Order: sequence, then structure tokens, then C-alpha cells
Amino acid sequence: MSDHDHTDRPGDVHEGETPEEAAARFEAEEQALVAETSEGDQGLRSRTTTSPGELRQEVGAVLRLPEGNYVDPADIDIERRDDETTVINMGPQHPSTHGVLRLMLELDGETVLRTKPIIGYLHTGMEKQGEELTYVQGSTNVTRMDYLSPLHNELVFSLATEALLDVETPPRAVWIRMLMVELNRVSSHLLWMATNGGDLGSTSMLIYGFREREMVLAFFEKTTGLRMNTNYIRPGGVAADLPDGWQDDIDILCDTILARTYEYDELLTGQPIFRERTEAVGNISAEEALALSVTGPILRSTGVPWDLRRTMPYLAYEKLDFDVIVGTYGDNFDRYSVRLNEIRESIKMIRQIADMMPPGDYRVQDRKVTPPPRARIDESMEALIHHFKIFTEGFRVPEGEVYVAIESPRGELGCYMVSDGSSKPYRMHIRAPSFVNLQALPLLLRGGTMADAVAVISSVDPVMGEVDR
Amino acid sequence: MSGTTPTTAPVASPASVLPEVPRLPDRLVDQLAFPHRETYKQMVAAFREAGFEMCSDLCAVDYLTHPGRSLPEGMTAERFEVVVNLLSLSSRQRVRIRVQVPEADPTVDSVVEVYPGADSMEREAYDMLGIIFEGHPDMTRILMPDDWEGHPLRKDYGVGRVPVQFKEAPGPR
Repeated sequence: MSDHDHTDRPGDVHEGETPEEAAARFEAEEQALVAETSEGDQGLRSRTTTSPGELRQEVGAVLRLPEGNYVDPADIDIERRDDETTVINMGPQHPSTHGVLRLMLELDGETVLRTKPIIGYLHTGMEKQGEELTYVQGSTNVTRMDYLSPLHNELVFSLATEALLDVETPPRAVWIRMLMVELNRVSSHLLWMATNGGDLGSTSMLIYGFREREMVLAFFEKTTGLRMNTNYIRPGGVAADLPDGWQDDIDILCDTILARTYEYDELLTGQPIFRERTEAVGNISAEEALALSVTGPILRSTGVPWDLRRTMPYLAYEKLDFDVIVGTYGDNFDRYSVRLNEIRESIKMIRQIADMMPPGDYRVQDRKVTPPPRARIDESMEALIHHFKIFTEGFRVPEGEVYVAIESPRGELGCYMVSDGSSKPYRMHIRAPSFVNLQALPLLLRGGTMADAVAVISSVDPVMGEVDR
Repeated sequence: MSGTTPTTAPVASPASVLPEVPRLPDRLVDQLAFPHRETYKQMVAAFREAGFEMCSDLCAVDYLTHPGRSLPEGMTAERFEVVVNLLSLSSRQRVRIRVQVPEADPTVDSVVEVYPGADSMEREAYDMLGIIFEGHPDMTRILMPDDWEGHPLRKDYGVGRVPVQFKEAPGPR
């Protein structure tokens, strides 16, 4: 640093320095700065050093032309040179990125030209960890992936394990699972409404969304003992039966939240500023969404009625009466409407589930899979042995491999599980919807302004715990 | 490959494959297909033509310590396996393609040209298991830092442990 009393600016010539020396020093300083913030090859580099294929991805040109080629970036990006644009870095510590998402954006003034998401800041090796934990311990691990919908993670893990075990869960367990995951969908969408409102400047929505979500979490706490990361859905059933008086809780919860969704309508849906910020922002077409493997509300907002609960039913969803919400234009506003109406549909489902909840066991009475009741341990030697075996060694799962997918609030949540016959999964791969949906960001952001980028990131609803796993 | 319908040619006969996959009474079992490495991309493209609109998942498995898995006749088990799950929205079915990748040459064709959505998933498979997808426009690490050594999900990659001390440490002497 110099001793001048004014601040040193890049390109300034110091005393006793020729302009050439100053230029060389400036270049060295710039390179040092680049090296400090660079992510190496994972980052967004200058156009001259980027291959055409990579460039196409960064500008979001994903659709193939009829002759079977990608769009040539030269066709959509005429005469753009590196020195006309700015590459800026957004995140990983940025309030609007919902965690540790880092984006490198190439801007022309305020307009976004290229985007590259850089992820991995929250990578904790959960798939590797899953291979080290038994099937009994596994649901504790997966529940921490998508921390806003932990019950869906547990469900997909349990369904995959049960498919390998060939165990059928009793009806009550199935319906309790459905009740809990639908409640979880409501809480996840409510949190999304809150943060999306916050990103767009509606601070009231931020507070209201969290307030309503807390009602759902209070029910989770009553049922499972924990607000989040519940470890409630386990292979073989659920951890505990519903608490006494759960119907009353559900009634109050459904009535309140349903009424509040109409308040959100008044607050946001008809609000001119909100509509201006969301309508025709971040458009994606159905073809592009399918090509990019985008699922969930983003795919449905383009008009594709693809909801695994309806199209490939699991649990007992075929017995419920509900609508699949679709949008038309695939913009931010459609994604907002899809999620808002999915809250209402979920509440409709929760009421039906509460009415039709069958009596019976909440977990399979197979002592090789689920532990015996606590009282039996004092009386029966076998019960003690089973209890001991399950919690020390776990249960063995027959050899095989299976892919199970469910509809999480963010899209298709899949679990590919390989078993080698031992009590630990040989490979447990989670197909994380947020991870895949992030691929749509370059396309959604391209051509929009920097201010819209915040709204678009929010409308994709990435949960970084799930993206990085 | 033009004119080939994947339901006939590339799919190994489902009957020979089904007993390997445990099934629930009410759940449809996905079709399985075992192409050779050379025909893998062609088969994926053929499925795309036949109406499998989406590549819903792509991952790799390291079978180092579990070599004896059942494969169709004439297929040699290799150390790595790349598993692709394709989804047809129109006919509501899934197909799972499993391709063997040898340890000595862990390369396989990239399917990004067919399914642009396979981009991140192939990068993840490269990052975690070191499978190189030829023709991928940006074959870089995605979850680990660029300068990371090794591929964490390989079976010969150790699991890190943090030593935990349960008692008070002895004071300095």
C-alpha cells in the first residue's frame, strides 16, 4: 500500500514508477486477485479460453436444432468480446442464494449473459457416509440432505430398503407416511413462499411464511420429537404412532393455513409490484425443462402435468382425490402459483388422509426389521436378542439393486440403492432434485437483469444441503 | 440405429432379468438394459428417439469389493458400472441402463448431446468415481475442489475419521 492520503485505485501510477511498470504491477495485482477468487476449471472463464460446448451450457442453449446440433453460440451472441463484459461473483455468502450457492455471472451492464453455478461448498460426503452406516442408521443420515423436507428423504430411503427387503408395510404406516410427507410439503412450500417474498422485498411475507410453517413444525415435534431432521420414517414403518388428539391438531392446522393462503393472495398475488417482478421473468419452455431433466414445480409451471404422486403412484396416493397444478408460461409467477396452489392441494389431501386413516400397526411386525416393543424386552429372551441385533449389527438385506423415486417439494427425489447382502448399503445414490434443477439456472437467468437473478434463484428453490450432499 | 425400437433390440429380455430385481406386489419393476460400452451411447439415443424424454438419473457404482453380481449371459463384470435411469413421460415407464466400465480404462461416451440434463450428473460421477465421459464439454470436478486428489466414492478411498476424545486430556508435563 502507498503512503498517499487518498485511496489507491487500480491503474494509478505510483511515484517513481514508469507507466509500463505501473501497467505490469496492475496486471500482476489483477492476476493475484483472480487467483484468489478463482475456482480453477470449475469457474467461469473468459470467452476466448472457453470451449464452444461449455459456452453453450453457460448461455443456456440446451435445445437441439432439428438437424441434431446444438445452437451455435455465435448465432445468439453476436460480436461479444471479453472486454465489453464483466464477470462478477455472487456468493457463496450471499443472503439471496439460500445457503452457499455461488454463481459466476458474465454481465453486460445489468444484463446477464452467462452463468455458471459453482457448488460443493456444503459437500459432506453423505453418499459415502451412507455406505458406512447400517440400514437402521441410514435414515438419520439421509434426513439431513434436504433439510427442508427431511421426511421425503427418509421416505425414499425407506422405500428403497423395503423394495430390496421385499417387506410390505402395514396400511396405517403407509397412511401415516402420507400424512407426514404432505405436511412436510406444506411446510417446505411455506418456507419457500416466505423466502421468495423476502427476496422480492415483501418482508411481511417472510414473517407470515415462517409463522405458518412453525405450526406444522410444532406438529412434527409433537409426533416425532423433533422439528426437523426427524428420523421418523424408517425402514419397516414409522418410529411412533400419531399422538393422542392428532385429528384436532390437523383440523386446526388445515383450517388456519388454508385461510392464510388466501391472505397471501391479497398480499402478493394481486400486488402490482410483485407481479411486475415475477411475470415473464425467468421463462423456461417445456422442451427445455425436459431436456435439462428439470422436475417438480418448475416442470409443472411449463404446463407438463408430471407429478409422480399421480403419474407413478407410490404409497396410497391413487386413493386420494387431488389435482396436479400446472402453469402455462414457465415464468416466476407460474412457479409461485404452482407452489401456492400445491399447498392448498396438500391440505385437501391431509384432510382426506385424516378421514381415511386406517387402524392397525404403525410398523411391520417383523422382528428382523423392526425392534420389538420396549415392554417385551423384559419378558422375552428372543425380543432382547432381536433388539440387540438390530441396533448393533442391523438387518441384512438381500442382494440386488433398485431405483425408487418420489415427488419431493422440489421434484423427483430418487434413491438408487445397491445391496451386496450385508447390513449396509453397498451404494446409496440420491438423485437430488435441487442438484439437477440448478442446471436450468444459466437458461433462466440469460437475458434478464441482475436484480431478477435474485428472484429467479429463489424460484428454483435450491436447498444446498441436497445439492451438495 | 435409426428405426430400431428399444423395446425390442437393445433391452435384454426382461424375463431373464426380472428375478434379480426384488419386486413389491404393487410396484412395477423397471426395465433393465445392459449395453456394451461401444453401443451405450447409441442405445441411449435410440431410447431418446423412442420417447424416453428425460434422463432422470445418472450415477456410477464401484464394484471393487462385490464383484459377483448377476449380469446377463456374455457380459463380463467390470469394476465400475455407470447406471442411467431414463424416464418416459408419455408411456409412464422407466428404463435403467447399466454399462460396464473397466478399471484400466475408465472411460465411457458422454450422453450430454442426447440429454443435456446429464451434464451435472456426469460431472458428479467423474468427481466421485473418476469415470471419464468422453465428449463432455466441461469434464471438471463439481462437488470437490479442483485440486482434490482421488475420487471419494471409490471403494479403495478411505473414510476419514475425526478422533474423539471422551476424557479430559492429560495436562502438559
